[in-house]
Amino acid sequence: MSAVYKFKPYNVGRWVIWSLFALVLMAAPLVFTSNLSTTMLAQMGIAIIACLSYNMLLGQGGMLSFGHAVYTGLGSYVAIHALNAVSGGKLNIPVSLLPIIGGVAGMGFAILLGYVTTRKSGTPFAMITMGVAELVFAMSLMFSEFFGGEAGVSGNRVAGQAFFGITYGPQIQVYYLIAAYTFVCVALMYAFTQTPLGRILNAVRDNPERVEFIGYNTQRVRYIAFIIAGFFAGIAGGLGALNFEIVTAEVVGAGRSGAYLLFTFLGGATFFFGPIIGAILMVIAFVLLSELTKAWLLYLGLVFLFMVMYAPGGIASLIMMNLRVAKFGKLKQIWTSYLGLGLTALVMLAGAGAMIEMVYHLQLNSALGDTVKFMGVNLNAKGLDSWFGCAFVMLTGLGLFELTRRQYMREWGEIQTEIEKEIKRRETAV
Amino acid sequence: MSTTYALELKDVRKNFGKTEIIRGVNLAVKAGERVAVIGPNGAGKSTLFNLISGRFGPTSGDILLNGQAIQHKTPYEINRMGLSRSFQITNIFPKLSVFENLRCAVLWSLGYKYTFFKFLSGLKDANARAEQLLDMIHLDKKRDVLAMNLTYAEQRALEIGVTIAGGSDVILLDEPTAGMSKSETSRFIHLIKEVTVGKTLLTVEHDMGVVFGLADKIAVVVYGEVIAFDTPEAVRANAKVQEAYLGSSVADSQAGGH
Repeated sequence: MSAVYKFKPYNVGRWVIWSLFALVLMAAPLVFTSNLSTTMLAQMGIAIIACLSYNMLLGQGGMLSFGHAVYTGLGSYVAIHALNAVSGGKLNIPVSLLPIIGGVAGMGFAILLGYVTTRKSGTPFAMITMGVAELVFAMSLMFSEFFGGEAGVSGNRVAGQAFFGITYGPQIQVYYLIAAYTFVCVALMYAFTQTPLGRILNAVRDNPERVEFIGYNTQRVRYIAFIIAGFFAGIAGGLGALNFEIVTAEVVGAGRSGAYLLFTFLGGATFFFGPIIGAILMVIAFVLLSELTKAWLLYLGLVFLFMVMYAPGGIASLIMMNLRVAKFGKLKQIWTSYLGLGLTALVMLAGAGAMIEMVYHLQLNSALGDTVKFMGVNLNAKGLDSWFGCAFVMLTGLGLFELTRRQYMREWGEIQTEIEKEIKRRETAV
Repeated sequence: MSTTYALELKDVRKNFGKTEIIRGVNLAVKAGERVAVIGPNGAGKSTLFNLISGRFGPTSGDILLNGQAIQHKTPYEINRMGLSRSFQITNIFPKLSVFENLRCAVLWSLGYKYTFFKFLSGLKDANARAEQLLDMIHLDKKRDVLAMNLTYAEQRALEIGVTIAGGSDVILLDEPTAGMSKSETSRFIHLIKEVTVGKTLLTVEHDMGVVFGLADKIAVVVYGEVIAFDTPEAVRANAKVQEAYLGSSVADSQAGGH
């Protein structure tokens, strides 16, 4: 699992993966060329850094923080003030380095606030982070000189001297700045997992008591990790400030902190790359899903619910489990079940989604008439036949899904036993 | 005329609420001695280990490690001063591999502390030491297996490995053979002897055969007091021990075990 990676600097696979990652970062805006997709890609880069820094706490250190937005958000504020200072000629540093100012700010606040939060672990830690987050959010409404009140603080990233013609006027230039930071930060955060402190942090997550008896002060371990996470969070915040050119109080709000937690978990906290998936989903959900339907938060909540119940390792662990199956050449035994699961789930979701949309329509848009358009079908939100039809579709889907699921679970179990046997066989053969 | 003992307890007392669990223990262990701590269930053996290793502090009294007072120190400070312990209930890092468990346990003693600017793979001394420990506890074939997937006996061996990894001079083993079969136990005692050569060893043990085979000295704890501390032969012949130990055993079994 995540903790048994062996670091081989000249490992070919490693080079391939990191080169691919760099290539994807470079090529993405050439493939997705619209304005919207460039904006989204930029946001994804920022979210990747933020979620990975959050996972340093959650996945690697077992620290369930409810206030990670404090460090991204304060990083954003300090960065935007620094940007305005550069615009005003009071500060003379290149705009490209402003995210690092954000990072240093995030680190500074982590040193200050983390000293309190990391004294405890487990539930008390979670509670304290929540308290600190509320405190900072309350302060953001009180100190309007720094936080800019309701309007927030805005800036103009075309400031200072252009470096080789890079002004950061066009969005694409900002994207490449973000991509460069993303690559470096992801590499550094991965490197952290391969250091003595990174490994002891895993040990603190697994069994803090025992760590005390091998010479480590667990509070200190948590504190240092928290500070490092704060630094990367601040960089994400600083990039956000450059990207949006405005920072409002919501960046330190509980909603933002919750989103980091939710999507890091969704992506998979037990694997290093999990939060990257989560971050990409976060931007898709916030930008696209929210455009598509008013009920997007409800769908998000449902997805989270089912994930916690059925796949607590997140998407990353689902991928890794299936890769294991594929490695033993057994994926072909099970792919029809996946197809079945997908289809029946789709039927079920279509029914459920139609009903949810009708409820939302009745509650919010009833002035616009009773007709709801859902997946190309006109539904009457007040018509009994629409409701019965949707319920019928959903229940049929549910029934078929349950049948396929049982079949799938049986097959999955058999495959796992076969793999275990295979491993045993190989072990004895050695 | 001050002799420095590896471990010395002076009138150590511990109360939980109004209940006195440890009632004035005096004990002086010389460097290199193997001491078996025996006594009926609930006599306070584990509590004594917890006091020595800093899991909680004594209500009164002094505990000296190589002449230095440790009764107010934290577990990690005591560990850094050269005392390491194992636990009665296996206490390892379940989601780390066997090798990673051992490597974590050697890091502090090799001076890596909270380092985050060096790769683990580049720490030649730590890796070599961890590999050496793997061989010592005979888990080299399980190197990359997650600790939670080991058999019980293997986990107990890893527990010992983690305990001795940091190279501490004073080792406390809390019921290292608990829950093991007879044959496993004898193999395991052999292992313990091997890996603790030259170290000061305190171990809680129930199997009297094991105790007499392993220990240079035996400390008999009954109701929070050390009623005898002597060589196995002398303890065996000690009338007070026979009376108190047997007496309390009888009392224990009458109370339905404790």
